[in-house]
Amino acid sequence: MRMNDRPSWYDEQAGPLVRLYALTRGRARPSPVLLDLLSLVTAENDPARDPMLSPEQAAVLTLCRIRPRSVADLAADLDLPLGVTRVILTDLLDYGHIRVTRPVRPVDIPDERLLQEVIDGLRAL
Amino acid sequence: MDSARSSFVALKILVAGGFGVGKTTLVGAVSEIRPLRTEEAMTTAGVGVDSTEGVEGKSTTTVAMDFGRISLREDLALYLFGTPGQDRFWFLWDELAQGALGAIVLADTRRLADCFPAVDYFERRGVPFLVALNNFDEARRFDPGSVAAALDLDPGTPVISCDARERASVKEVLITLVEHAGRRHATRPAVVTH
Repeated sequence: MRMNDRPSWYDEQAGPLVRLYALTRGRARPSPVLLDLLSLVTAENDPARDPMLSPEQAAVLTLCRIRPRSVADLAADLDLPLGVTRVILTDLLDYGHIRVTRPVRPVDIPDERLLQEVIDGLRAL
Repeated sequence: MDSARSSFVALKILVAGGFGVGKTTLVGAVSEIRPLRTEEAMTTAGVGVDSTEGVEGKSTTTVAMDFGRISLREDLALYLFGTPGQDRFWFLWDELAQGALGAIVLADTRRLADCFPAVDYFERRGVPFLVALNNFDEARRFDPGSVAAALDLDPGTPVISCDARERASVKEVLITLVEHAGRRHATRPAVVTH
């Protein structure tokens, strides 16, 4: 069922080739504040301009350069667990490389117009 | 709230139900489905399942959730999250339920009891939900009213039939849920949060 079947010479049984803590420089706890699953990440900088970025950090900036992407989307795009993705995002946030906006919560929805737009959009699919 | 809101609106819908009831199929019928991995400490995830004596804090396990996005417009998207079927991953639900627009509880009428925990969870958390009866080919067609009674649902909670393999059918389920969530959020402004 998975769409994400990139060919690779090793299988999942082999375990990760790069230990995940190597990607996060040993840290396991991201800043939880802003990084909801649906928080939207926008790149502030061009990844090509900073040679100090890790490949994963550069990949995040490339992915959210054109338009914002959610934290969940980025984790799936990078094929990394959410926790690791959040640590990477926390660093980028600290460096000022990304902007993060919180998701709209249902209680914030001002009127029924938005939900009607969702319904119309679903019908048109 | 101090956050600058981008004009992009992303709304979260959960898909819950017992193991093997068709959650992955349902998410895949309306969106491009991708696995979303999350790492959890075994000391939490394995409670009552795996013996973790002596290795507390050392081991993690990866839990994969189904994750699908439906782009309705450039600036409007629905995100579907299939909740892990096993009870031992229950704790993951709290983050998923936070700020969710609503939830689909997918049920198999042959194993109706499998969806009790999900119904109970969403009722307690005040998350608007509906029950969608996945019509497996050989399953008996149930009357939604008797299912609502069997599940002891609050009045007004929709119970509908669907075919989780059919895009049109799943679209109808989503539309019914969004309509229901709209009514619920309109009449109950204080949504339960942490």
